[in-house]
Amino acid sequence: MSGANTIGPPLWLLAELTYRCPLHCVFCYNPVDFAATEHELSTADWVRVLRQGREMGAVQLGLSGGEPLLRDDLEEIVVEARRLGYYSNLLTSGVGLTAGRAAALKAAGLDHVQLSFQDSTREMNDFLSHTKTFELKERVAGLIQSQGWPMVLNVVLHRMNIDHVDRILEMAERLGAEYVELANTQYYSWALINRDQLLPTREQLARAEAVVKDWRARKGEAMKLFFVAPDYHDGQAKRCVNGWGSMFITVTPDGTTLPCHTAKMLPGLSFPNVREQGLREIWFDSEGFNRYRGTGWMKEPCSSCDQREVDLGGCRCQAYLLAQDPAAADPVCPKSPHHAVVQEAVSRAEAGVAAVREQPLVFRDPKNSRRLSTAAG
Amino acid sequence: MSAATNEARPQMSPGFRLQWEPAQDCHVLLYPEGMIKLNGSAGEILKRCDGQRRVTEIVADLERAFSAQGLHGDVQAFLDMARTQRWVQWA
Repeated sequence: MSGANTIGPPLWLLAELTYRCPLHCVFCYNPVDFAATEHELSTADWVRVLRQGREMGAVQLGLSGGEPLLRDDLEEIVVEARRLGYYSNLLTSGVGLTAGRAAALKAAGLDHVQLSFQDSTREMNDFLSHTKTFELKERVAGLIQSQGWPMVLNVVLHRMNIDHVDRILEMAERLGAEYVELANTQYYSWALINRDQLLPTREQLARAEAVVKDWRARKGEAMKLFFVAPDYHDGQAKRCVNGWGSMFITVTPDGTTLPCHTAKMLPGLSFPNVREQGLREIWFDSEGFNRYRGTGWMKEPCSSCDQREVDLGGCRCQAYLLAQDPAAADPVCPKSPHHAVVQEAVSRAEAGVAAVREQPLVFRDPKNSRRLSTAAG
Repeated sequence: MSAATNEARPQMSPGFRLQWEPAQDCHVLLYPEGMIKLNGSAGEILKRCDGQRRVTEIVADLERAFSAQGLHGDVQAFLDMARTQRWVQWA
């Protein structure tokens, strides 16, 4: 474990303002039992958290959820963020962003809106041609441009839309996007439940990567493309949030602090709540934030691996979900004794769509959340 | 793309913000979900890019502030790079 003197400040504060959301995305990373969250933090709580974070050196602020626009104190929170010197990023589906709200957020000092493209309906078979969604996104993109915000689009990729990457990028170009993030689904929470339906084939991935390469060559710096490769296929364990407790802190809607968005699932770890403790104490002293810092917690094959400082053992949640041990090597790594689990999932994806249609998709909604939490409990 | 001529008046591009960060003891450039830590000279050049001052004035101001001579080439090269990266813009 790293000594306290080597621990830097959290530079990134992700404020998950609410789990409420008008959408029901099958790949959502919010906890499966989100419906059990009852009391959201108050405006005053958030203002206190923002101040504490900024005092420590946090400078990037993500305002996320759920759908953060469902908080009617969002403008107040943004005003405080700007006053404190945060660069504020609103991560939104765009649902609820009216001209009046956009103007108010701009006046409050919001720096950037990242517009996500989801499947906002249950008709997943034609992601892009769904007129209602497209018109909403176009309208919201217009609002973003009229406020002078940079146009940043985010699309979560999976088996059912990855073949549309070319059309997605055409749309992004038409909307005047300056940055486009094409993020392959990561398989936690709702996405793990739906993994067999969402995992693309290697051929699909290769095609998508070729399309992205062409667009990059064509657009250069005018439209920057980020392609987040899926770790199941590339066999590369990824640093969890650039290192557990190294630069990233999440505060969930009920005030629980986490080193990454999904760490709440890990057994045997408690994470403090901002209603009870200050961020500084939480960041430096809590057991939850210290447990997987650095490399001292590692087991074999990680502890003697020459890549241990590079990937830091990969994702702790993935290790727990796939190897039932949060201190194991991330099973996406070929050196993991549990790598076969990942290979089997990829093989099932290769076997074809027909084979995986037997199980219906599970949509992220309060009803399913309550049903699945009961089943798990 | 035109180079940083003497008459250009560079300014930060929309979405980019230059800020001094005491916790990091340096200027940083903030942009959507990202941050670049700047070295001393990059910070000194960028903080003068206010859309008012011409490149020649920025150079003169830097030479005065740091009792230096012949900074024009370095400043111009930095600004051209910064524009390619879309950190700054000018008409």
